[in-house]
Amino acid sequence: MLKINNLHASVDDKGILRGINLEVKPGEIHAIMGPNGSGKSTLASVIAGKEEYEVTEGTILLEGDDIEELSAEERAHKGIFLSFQYPIEIPGVSVTNFMKTAINETRKAKGLEDMPAKDMLKMIREKSELLEIDRKFLSRSLNEGFSGGEKKRNEIFQMAMLEPKLAILDETDSGLDIDALRIVANGVNKLKSKDNAVIVITHYQRLLDHIVPDFVHVLHNGKIVKSGGKELAHELEAKGYDWIKEEANA
Amino acid sequence: MDLKEKLVSSFMAFEDTVDVHSPIHDIRTEAIKTFENEGFPSKREEDWKYTSLNSVLKHDYSVFPKHENALEFKDINKYFIHEIDAYKIIFIDGKYSSHLSQTTHDGLDVCLMSSALNKPKYRLIIENYFNKIAPKNGLSSLNTAFSAEGAYIHVPKNKLVEKPIQIIHFSTGNEAALMLQPRNLIVVDENSHVQIIERHQSLTDNPVLTNSVTEIFANKRAIVDYYKIQNDNENASLIDNTFVNQKQESHAKVHTFSFGGKLIRNNLNFYQNGERIDSTMKGITIIGNKQHVDHNTLVHHIEPNCESHQDYKGIFTDSSTGVFNGKVVVEKLAQKTNAFQSNNNILLSDKASINTKPQLEIFADDVKCSHGCTIGQLDDSALFYLRSRGIPEKEARALLMFAFSNNVLDSVRIPEIKNRITKIIANKLGVNIGFDL
Repeated sequence: MLKINNLHASVDDKGILRGINLEVKPGEIHAIMGPNGSGKSTLASVIAGKEEYEVTEGTILLEGDDIEELSAEERAHKGIFLSFQYPIEIPGVSVTNFMKTAINETRKAKGLEDMPAKDMLKMIREKSELLEIDRKFLSRSLNEGFSGGEKKRNEIFQMAMLEPKLAILDETDSGLDIDALRIVANGVNKLKSKDNAVIVITHYQRLLDHIVPDFVHVLHNGKIVKSGGKELAHELEAKGYDWIKEEANA
Repeated sequence: MDLKEKLVSSFMAFEDTVDVHSPIHDIRTEAIKTFENEGFPSKREEDWKYTSLNSVLKHDYSVFPKHENALEFKDINKYFIHEIDAYKIIFIDGKYSSHLSQTTHDGLDVCLMSSALNKPKYRLIIENYFNKIAPKNGLSSLNTAFSAEGAYIHVPKNKLVEKPIQIIHFSTGNEAALMLQPRNLIVVDENSHVQIIERHQSLTDNPVLTNSVTEIFANKRAIVDYYKIQNDNENASLIDNTFVNQKQESHAKVHTFSFGGKLIRNNLNFYQNGERIDSTMKGITIIGNKQHVDHNTLVHHIEPNCESHQDYKGIFTDSSTGVFNGKVVVEKLAQKTNAFQSNNNILLSDKASINTKPQLEIFADDVKCSHGCTIGQLDDSALFYLRSRGIPEKEARALLMFAFSNNVLDSVRIPEIKNRITKIIANKLGVNIGFDL
């Protein structure tokens, strides 16, 4: 589904990603771990098409197509979804209207008619129940005054609504208490199928107890320096990142 | 001959067309003298520092309408809020169109200034209210001197006027350049409620300059909601002078939506003559090209326990320019005043500009007064957030701009106006999305 070859990316001429190779197949869950500043969030933003980042080398292929020239919205239309580490507060736009606009613009891009209001409401009801979201919450302004947990739940709600092929969860566990973590992880697991894939970016192992990865990759200095199975996450939790850094620098 | 000379020398001819025995003959004569002395305002005056009238005064305007022109309703239907049943006072090139209007004398007067000025039964109201609060400056005096036509609305006490009143001025372009000076008088008596929608629409690209004066009297516990839709074409300019005098416990709201026109200057003054008065003025301005919109507001807090609320949002692109000058005066007697003012702006291009100036003059010591102004750009991270969900850039920008300004619509009481404004905004921003937020 996603194939990243020798990806280099920089912001303001400062190189952040320095040769990433990663292949994600349908049905897989990949975890990307690593110390602060290793380039995890940059990788997520580059895949999602944030314009501040410049790809200087390498390719990102989605289902065989190079997506480098595509805008963020075109990537979304192709099925890429990024759950933000810090979801943006947008006063004046309600969650419901935001989702309605996003879904209908995506349908428009695919040459489809707007989703009938009845179907939209039904879908909103189902997906909000999945994430145990109070209906009142949906008429509030997007992320405005939401708690950390509400913001993250709202991100996964959006993911549920948009049904992406590839979801990238950027530090979705940060700011979550244990109950919220369980709800969010539960939501992600229910949305998981053999046709879609998830990349979980996290600093800590605890989310991975709930969303169990098939592969774990360790990012350091803009490169994947170690890959393994889910047991690698436990090892990192026990031993920290220093040994990885030493190994990488050796 | 420049426009000022032309106007002054036309006055005699104008007086011949109206009744010199009219009770306002002396007022007009006085006013033309004031205009002759004051002339048009120039940038040397503090209140006009950022707005120059030169480019709109240069045309050779026909200064008072001679011809009767007709329009068919089907051609102009779209300028009405036609989804609602409303009284209509419609003018074509400054002349009243009975064909398009729907007036009434049944329980209230919704009719013409020309009849009010000439018929004895309105004499008392005219004597008590006409030209009582319009300041004696050049522009208002000019309007007073030529005041002959406009809307006259008198709502007697304890009357809830269910149908809104639409006042629309059309100009047909039959004159190469046309100057219009509508004069409106609105008197709302005790416990009454009225809603008014005003619009100026030019139907061709010929230059039009409108210098309008509206005097509004909200008597005890009256409620007045006034909506100004300024979406004219880009050769039409408007100087709107609106003055509101409020008595105790009255509520007056003026919403000004400015999207079209070449140059717009809104002079909006509120005078609070009583206790527990609420004055609200709100606006959304979204302009581009070389458009210019200037909001000049004044709230005069004279008595205790009153409130005023000002909330103006502006979005400026291309080489457009905006001005906000909001003055709040709190007299020594006006203790426990709550006065709030905010003016937020987004500049979308390097050539667009906004000059914003709050002016507070507070002589009382137990008051709450706040003001704030901001100037910023669209937030890139918010834009990326929306785009990452599949909303294209243009639509994402439009959504953010609408979200920035839409709280101004919260206080609009007529849903059809809200819908119309959101449609005009979507149109102005070039997108086809519903903002039913």
